[in-house]
Amino acid sequence: MQLTNRRKVVSDKHQTLSERIYFPAVVKGMLITFSHLFKKRPTIMYPEEQREIAPVYRGRHVLKRDENGAERCTACGMCAVACPAEAITMESAERKRGEEGLYREEKYASTYEINMLRCIFCGLCEEACPKEAIFLTDRLVESEYERETFVYGKDKLVEKIDQRIDVTKRQTPEVIEFKKRPGLKHNSLFDKTQIDRHRKPH
Amino acid sequence: MEVFIIYKSVIALAVFAVSLGIAAYSTWWERKFAGLLQDRWGPSRAGKWGLLQPLADGGKMLFKEEIIPNVSNRFLFVLAPGLFIITAIMAGVLIPWAPSVVINGETYAMQVADLNVGVIFLLSVTSVGVYGIMIGGWASNNKYSLLGAIRASAQMISYELAMGISLIALIISAGGSLSFADIVKAQDAGIANIVPQFFGFIIFFICALAETNRAPFDLAECETELVGGYHTEYSAFKLGLFLFAEYINMFVSSAVMAGFYFGGYNFPFAHEVYQALGLAEGSIAVSVIGFLVYFTKTLIFISVFMWVRWTLPRFRYDQLMNLGWKTLLPLSLLNLAITVVVEIFRGNITF
Repeated sequence: MQLTNRRKVVSDKHQTLSERIYFPAVVKGMLITFSHLFKKRPTIMYPEEQREIAPVYRGRHVLKRDENGAERCTACGMCAVACPAEAITMESAERKRGEEGLYREEKYASTYEINMLRCIFCGLCEEACPKEAIFLTDRLVESEYERETFVYGKDKLVEKIDQRIDVTKRQTPEVIEFKKRPGLKHNSLFDKTQIDRHRKPH
Repeated sequence: MEVFIIYKSVIALAVFAVSLGIAAYSTWWERKFAGLLQDRWGPSRAGKWGLLQPLADGGKMLFKEEIIPNVSNRFLFVLAPGLFIITAIMAGVLIPWAPSVVINGETYAMQVADLNVGVIFLLSVTSVGVYGIMIGGWASNNKYSLLGAIRASAQMISYELAMGISLIALIISAGGSLSFADIVKAQDAGIANIVPQFFGFIIFFICALAETNRAPFDLAECETELVGGYHTEYSAFKLGLFLFAEYINMFVSSAVMAGFYFGGYNFPFAHEVYQALGLAEGSIAVSVIGFLVYFTKTLIFISVFMWVRWTLPRFRYDQLMNLGWKTLLPLSLLNLAITVVVEIFRGNITF
């Protein structure tokens, strides 16, 4: 009785003499492995040698300072809302008199934390940021021994004044346009339709 | 007499140290070579090309916790690795590393002991070696260890026969002496034993793989079935001794193969080369060159062992037995018969 038409007769082939004495196959295999001695190795010796990354690579974040060294972030929370992995938390505070050099606007982030284990490096925080404060850079998140140390605070995220990080590769045309007008405090104050290429109008 | 004792102890110590050094660096080369065969680089972090890797591994082995199972036979458990490594090193005493040196009319053989029953001694010592594995596996009181030990001893018995018979054929064609030094010296004339005994060499090589428990015959410690085989319960330096002894075994059997079949310290046109260089036979320089030649051959054989390991998959137990009893044993007997007939026709055997 045939139940299906997918029946297959399994071949019961007897081994030939050369297959039975194994030796030709053994020699063949040995030659194959030997040939691999001289092949090019794909290994990248990581710390000394690094993989070439794309110009728009999305790595570890940076909180930018402006040209005077004041923090750009105003703790508006847009990035945290945009974050699909819910990796960003922050607390805001009001700028006091005398802190004008530290913070660009009246409100600033007193704490700002990104959990690098949650982050998926999608770059939506960067896209959501109205202040051009957060950017993803080409740096890597380093390995750590403890889970807690992967929650990066402001000490790790805010760029050092003397070690500014170049993010021009990740800046959109409107940002570059915005940078040309130092008087502006917000990048939505000028007509973006001229240069907006990839954002859909809301 | 004092000179004799001093020179023998120096050679014994040198052989001992070299055996251990080679065993240590075999672990490095095994990993490096495996990497190279698999399109990787192998160890590269500890020192240049990872050359300090054996030190790191040894240090790790030393400082790990030593665990002796409660249910084990403590005395035998401790005895086994020692026994294994002693027998492994013992086989090394036979190897004539270099041509003899003649100083003031005295001949100094570059060999710890030139036994006139060298080949028999070699076979017996290598079969005593299995006691280390058997006792270790038995004393662990663990089913995996025991299975590994049983496999090791069964394998040893099956392959010893074919090995011994292929060696008999070798001895017949090499002039009838059982002394290792004589066998190597007999190849002085230019033709290595590999030429008349090619068939025997293949059998001997396969048996040597089985005797040293190397892949594709590493059933005694196959990780996929038996956890670690006979050394499952061993840890720290006892485990290190087991692994070390295996590499010493490999080193010794490589040296034996290079000596028995590939002329040992001899090389083609050796006499002409020595003459061209103006070196007298029996001088230290000749001895050094001979040693380097022998050593290179040995190292090549060690690499071949590793090359085989990283190419061929492991045999199944029944395949192993079939190969040993139904293939290698008859083939070695056939080889022996042909050798005897050939030697009778050449007039080397008389009745």
